[in-house]
Amino acid sequence: MYDVAIIGGGIIGCSIARELSSYRLKVCVLEKASDVGCGTSKANSAIVHAGYDASPGSLKAKLNLEGNSLYTKVCKELSIPFQRVGSIVVAFDEKEVPDLNVLYEKGMKNKTPGMRIIAGEELRALEPNLAQQAVAALYAKTAGIICPFTLTIALAENACTNGVDFFFDTEVKAVYAMRPGEPRFVLKTNRALFETKYIVNAAGVQADAISQMAGGDSFFLTPRKGEYCILDKDQRNLVTTVIFQVPTKMGKGILVAPTIDGNLLIGPNAHNIEDKQDTRITAEGLAEIIAGAKKSIPSFAPQKTITSFAGLRAVPPMGDFLINADTRVKGLIHAAGIESPGLSAAPAVAKMVREILAVEGLKCKKKTNFNPYRPPLIRFNELSPDEQNKLVKRDPSYGRVICRCETITEGEIIASIRRPLGARDLDGVKRRTRAGMGRCQRGFCSPRVMEILARELKIPLNQVTKHGGTSYLLAANTKTPELKEEKGGGKNGSL
Amino acid sequence: MNKEIICIGCPMGCPLTVTVEAGKVTNVTGDTCRKGKEYAEAECINPTRTVTTTVSIKNAMYALLSVRTSKPIPKDKIGECVRHLRRIEVEAPVTAGEVIVKDILQTGADLIATKSLDLYQ
Amino acid sequence: MEAYDLAVIGAGPAGLAAAAAAYEAGVKKIILIERDREMGGILEQCIHTGFGMFYFREDLTGPEYAARFIKKVKAYGITFKLNTMVLQITQDKTLVAVNKEDGLLMIKAKAVVLAMGCRERTRGAILIPGTRPAGVITAGTAQRFVNMEGYMPGKEVVILGSGDIGLIMARRLTLEGAKVKMVLELLPYSSGLTRNIVQCLQDFEIPLLFNHTVVDIHGQDRITGVTIAEVDIETKKPKTGTERKVTCDTLLLSVGLIPENELSKQVGLALDPATNGPVVDEGMATSVEGIFAGGNVVHVHDLVDNVTRESEIAGRSAARYILEQKKAATLKLKTKAGQGVSYVVPQIIHAQQMAEEIALSFRVKEVYKDKRLEVSLATDTKTKVIRVRKRRILVPGEMQEIKVKKEELLAAIGTGESASGLVLTISVRKEDEDENE
Repeated sequence: MYDVAIIGGGIIGCSIARELSSYRLKVCVLEKASDVGCGTSKANSAIVHAGYDASPGSLKAKLNLEGNSLYTKVCKELSIPFQRVGSIVVAFDEKEVPDLNVLYEKGMKNKTPGMRIIAGEELRALEPNLAQQAVAALYAKTAGIICPFTLTIALAENACTNGVDFFFDTEVKAVYAMRPGEPRFVLKTNRALFETKYIVNAAGVQADAISQMAGGDSFFLTPRKGEYCILDKDQRNLVTTVIFQVPTKMGKGILVAPTIDGNLLIGPNAHNIEDKQDTRITAEGLAEIIAGAKKSIPSFAPQKTITSFAGLRAVPPMGDFLINADTRVKGLIHAAGIESPGLSAAPAVAKMVREILAVEGLKCKKKTNFNPYRPPLIRFNELSPDEQNKLVKRDPSYGRVICRCETITEGEIIASIRRPLGARDLDGVKRRTRAGMGRCQRGFCSPRVMEILARELKIPLNQVTKHGGTSYLLAANTKTPELKEEKGGGKNGSL
Repeated sequence: MNKEIICIGCPMGCPLTVTVEAGKVTNVTGDTCRKGKEYAEAECINPTRTVTTTVSIKNAMYALLSVRTSKPIPKDKIGECVRHLRRIEVEAPVTAGEVIVKDILQTGADLIATKSLDLYQ
Repeated sequence: MEAYDLAVIGAGPAGLAAAAAAYEAGVKKIILIERDREMGGILEQCIHTGFGMFYFREDLTGPEYAARFIKKVKAYGITFKLNTMVLQITQDKTLVAVNKEDGLLMIKAKAVVLAMGCRERTRGAILIPGTRPAGVITAGTAQRFVNMEGYMPGKEVVILGSGDIGLIMARRLTLEGAKVKMVLELLPYSSGLTRNIVQCLQDFEIPLLFNHTVVDIHGQDRITGVTIAEVDIETKKPKTGTERKVTCDTLLLSVGLIPENELSKQVGLALDPATNGPVVDEGMATSVEGIFAGGNVVHVHDLVDNVTRESEIAGRSAARYILEQKKAATLKLKTKAGQGVSYVVPQIIHAQQMAEEIALSFRVKEVYKDKRLEVSLATDTKTKVIRVRKRRILVPGEMQEIKVKKEELLAAIGTGESASGLVLTISVRKEDEDENE
């Protein structure tokens, strides 16, 4: 019997898991994919916003501000990189300047620190590659860039080390309230039954479906797709800050931003869709984001694109986060509709959810042995030559470079598999080490990474997957008598 | 009977129309040099190909050893040749040039290793 | 810190040829650095024939061709390091490399030959829309799995790109029991050798669709199919209404090779955007003194025989630089890709230093039949046609060569001409241009 079952292992679910793991509670996270952060958490702008954008008085505004300031501590404890590069919202003609003032006013009401309107020489000096038409910009000092999946994984690892159980490939199919009026549930999943007192619904775009399963509050989340492109590292220095355009009612608009790992990110567009599984990139979408990015930084080279991806925002019906105790079902807590600024707000969302659980009767006693620190990952390419040499002497597996584009060694890959909640597939290794994120997109390293995964997980090479499930990378062995007869890839023969 | 083929003697890739009667080439049109007629003869009467593939190998750095036929074999025996080779397994060490299968499928061609692989732990 | 005369980065055909040639020219302390577990580079997975037809006058497989040079390198006692990655290179020719046994290696060389080869263009770089399932793989990576690890990428394959790697893999996969449904080519012609079209596609009745591309990828975990469409010949954009779905469990991409010049960028070499490789002169010297380059890292080749020849020049030049330490003479010509030509290598010629005759490598922009190639030298005051050659066939997929002699260049430059602004252009003559000598 768990005290809390968190449905959804994205940035919100894992933030909540870590927060709860500092209390003497039995907590589990149920995630339907094969790893944490496989949904919107891995396909977003990777920005910790300054906080001027949300409506004053809203949860978005309050939690964004709080979350932003919490990140310095969180990142230090988890040993993950975070850079406050600042952001600008650019007005491209005089007509847009009043919009900057509106944002500024909102920001003041939201208590966003470090904001200023800049123009002319100062703007040019800050962003020399900005389009000539730019007349002014709202500069916000506290905006930062982070790696959203490194963050999600780090949160999960720390939660796991502090006693949270994680269940992957586990999809909630039905929710039964055992004693209406009292927090007590049985969760039926595709794998096992879970008994829990409280449920935290952090199921992303599916949070409305989960609520419905439990007979809880009825709300509809609109999936709104955003497409992105990541460009090669030689494009990164075209920008210094995160460059926004004036927002529309669909969202913050297409931005051009540096990533924490030194690439350039462009996107997202914003289109409401029907299918919650649809994260396809479209030709129109790519054209749209390239054109949009060109408006801000005309000189970037689209042909330097390394990869593209799309994420779905879970858009809440009234425009604000849905973080509350369900009004119909006792013990069900929602952390739903967490669209932008969800990433920025995550640490604060976690605290708020814990407070709601306490109000709903969950006895939360602080652990004395909670360890907020996560041992840092060794990044070979960030060490000095002397440190690199010592490392290889100590552990020769760090002397074999596997990912040539990002200079990632075998030692790092092995570590990423052996850590708590370690990688079990190619994407898992990629998100923990960056192997495969470079310009050759794992063309060179995939045979080698797959070999290491097969060896560590003790499975044949053709059972290694790209992202769990049936995403097998290879079919049968070439030497089986008749290729057509051989059961390729997975155990049930499907490819 | 007329056959339409592309000559691969040089990058021109001239399309040839070859008349074959009673197992002999009686006419070739479309050729623009001497090589065309020679290629047409060979390709229409007795097309042959060098087969390059792999066989399984034990105790080597790789699971496969690359091999080739020592000379071209009849085109219509390629499929059978490759299927036959699926069942073969050799052991390291192997030297490039070593005969793996003598006179494969009675074609007169041997199957030889194209790579040397040492014993590997 | 280990000191060498010559450090060669990459022990594929380019590196092997450069190292051997440098040794034969008298350089003794050479180190060959290779990141893979054996020498031979990409040749080790190219188990098909077609290598060495010009250099050895034999039809060899990739491993057999490589073995000839590996044998030489070992016989010469040239030091080689395997499983070793060069992390850094500086203008003073200091290299930092790493491997398991030595840890971090610092190497100081008098000269360096860059022979890092190239990488494959990816799905991400050509922006194919759709989902991101397993089963989208580049031809070279698939070739490695099939020929070395012994695994098939899938059973029902669609191939995008009719370059040689795609064609070779069409045959290889078919021989190993997969069904290759079709090969799609964006252009109206293939960039692969005709020999491969016949022996890899026609032999197995695999359809080749020109003016086609992939516009969508389907499947969540594993690819279930693609949507293909015809493209407009001029704009290369998909034509609406021509889309159709093709089921498959593998999409093999053979959409181009890109010279791998990250180390070159690091050391600050001048790069030519037309080739994506370093600007080199007739001796394969780059813009940084003492650093030379050869093979696919300079420009993508079709024949390994040319890689060898070019890299031998690099090796010999490096040897001359090490042994003679002479400064370059100043009479410098720039080469230029004229009408119908996409690039020329070398980009620079030192007319006083060059050998009696050198070969200029170039590629044309489209297919030309029965045309004349013209080499002309432009000075500040006049343009002189140096050479005209008839060619029956010129295709972009086959690298071309035209030779120029030192004496004819010097004669054309004449005396009293300014040493700057000398441009040697290779162009394809239009039909109705008059002959002018």
